Amino acid sequence: MTTSAAGDATRTPDVATVRSPVPEVHGTTHTTTRSPDAPEKMQAKAVDFWYGRAQALFDVSMSMRSSHVTACIGPSGCGKSTFLRALNRMYETVPGTKLTGQILLDGDDIFGLDVTALRRRVGMVFQKSNPFPKSIFENVAYGLRVNGGLSRPQIAEQVERSLVRSALWDEVKHKLHQSALGLSGGQQQRLCIARALAVDPEVLLLDEPCSALDPIATAKIEELLLTLADSCTIVIVTHNMQQAARVSDYTGFFLMGRLVEFGRTDKIFQNPARKETEDYITGRFG
Amino acid sequence: MAARVQAFTRRLLSGDEVTRFIVTLAGLAILTVTAALVFELWSNSNLAREKFGWGFLTGSTWDPNAGEFGALPFIVGTATTSLISLVIAVPAGVGAAIFLAELAPRRVSDALTFCIELLAAVPSVVYGLLGVFVLVPIMKSVVEPPLRAVLGWTPLFSGPFYGVSVLTAGVVLAVMILPFIVSVSRQVLIAVPVEQREAALALGATRWETTWRVVLPFAKRGIYGSIFLALARALGETMAVTMVIGNSTQLKASLFAPGYSIAAVIANEFTEATDDLYLHALIQLGLVLFAVTIIINGLARLLVAGTTRRSDAVA
Repeated sequence: MTTSAAGDATRTPDVATVRSPVPEVHGTTHTTTRSPDAPEKMQAKAVDFWYGRAQALFDVSMSMRSSHVTACIGPSGCGKSTFLRALNRMYETVPGTKLTGQILLDGDDIFGLDVTALRRRVGMVFQKSNPFPKSIFENVAYGLRVNGGLSRPQIAEQVERSLVRSALWDEVKHKLHQSALGLSGGQQQRLCIARALAVDPEVLLLDEPCSALDPIATAKIEELLLTLADSCTIVIVTHNMQQAARVSDYTGFFLMGRLVEFGRTDKIFQNPARKETEDYITGRFG
Repeated sequence: MAARVQAFTRRLLSGDEVTRFIVTLAGLAILTVTAALVFELWSNSNLAREKFGWGFLTGSTWDPNAGEFGALPFIVGTATTSLISLVIAVPAGVGAAIFLAELAPRRVSDALTFCIELLAAVPSVVYGLLGVFVLVPIMKSVVEPPLRAVLGWTPLFSGPFYGVSVLTAGVVLAVMILPFIVSVSRQVLIAVPVEQREAALALGATRWETTWRVVLPFAKRGIYGSIFLALARALGETMAVTMVIGNSTQLKASLFAPGYSIAAVIANEFTEATDDLYLHALIQLGLVLFAVTIIINGLARLLVAGTTRRSDAVA
């Protein structure tokens, strides 16, 4: 895979790329393989990534199919979170980072898109739940208010819809105007999912969303992800292999910045092609 | 009994008891000094209290020759100059802090902050000199004419302007308190968790929207704290104020007119206070300044407690 001119350009942090003119670079030279049942919602092509001089990703190419759950697994420091943060250009907030290669959303280079527009289409939930110190309602409404254009009843409706989708509505409907910080850890994380869902993202990225939660709260979120996958493409980073096996359709195994193996989850877990994958999932290291 | 003695000895040897004693002593020392200060101010001003009572606070005549002492011109002067300095320094200081914390590259930010913190170390007499020789001419030639043209119809900006005035003192104070606001606010803004910023950015907020709607509300309490610190400095500042305020005991509505502040009058007239009543009146002024500082700080704290509690729950 050769990279295009846009792919070779150093990605500068937010400040320079925000709302900058959109260069039309790659055009339609890349043919995306769209299978009729599950088109590829996002594609990474030959992605290399650097933090300063330290290279964190090497030639990663991976496809995320529409309305499927794709999991990224691997030991700490393998680059799986870095890869996730490349998909919505979140890494650009860190100075001194550089990315080459291509990342496509519906066949369009994400570096040709306005970064705020990209992040509305590709939402993100973080490892540590990070509600704003505001009411439950205002947390979910935040993205809607920032993007503007909705009336108050429309916002209220969308807030309710998002809380229902994130399976939190029944627990909070009587206290929407209380502080979000009074919720339990699991509820806060589902609130963050609701906040991300409120702007109707096409893709939802989750960066180890359950690592700080107890098994019951984890089970609720996993159940939620399976439901959400009907309407949304999901990419989840997890260090918990059982979780990847339970919720994902496709799994990518990362090791030292490389994508060692990628395929259907059942195949990766039952019949891995590579020795490293087998060693990792059978618990021989990591 | 023996067991208790043994336990005590063991704690004593481990240093717990000694440490406890030392820190308790340090804590008490603060209270003692404050109490002694108030007591001294109170007991050395009884003549003024006996003669004028509460009228001391509302009297607007200050005539040592006639034995007539009223504190109102100084209270007004202290309050007005402090208010002017806040009106100028709060927007400028918080704005600079936002630039340093959110926009400037870290190295530039650190260098600039160092320079700003240096400003806090400049002796106030130097600010006074700069005020007299630099600011006063600028006020006369650049600031006063447009202000008078636009706002001259209000009593606040009428009357003759000699350069030294309440307004000039407020501007000097603004420069002096700016470093406190910038330095503390910047620290508070930098301390806002990166997770909060990322949450907003991930929803498609621009950097400015993130700063305005997430970072600033999160840092609100600390920014208020920086403003109080600055206010306390402004209320008590003596040297620089007395050099540019004009030292007039006449109570005037205009900010262009010369005025006086509590700290300035104490510093200026202390050596001239020949009779006991005069001296007691000046010490009584010290007590008033102490009270004004406590009341304004208390009110500000109440205000903040009110607004932050409401917004934490609902906004």
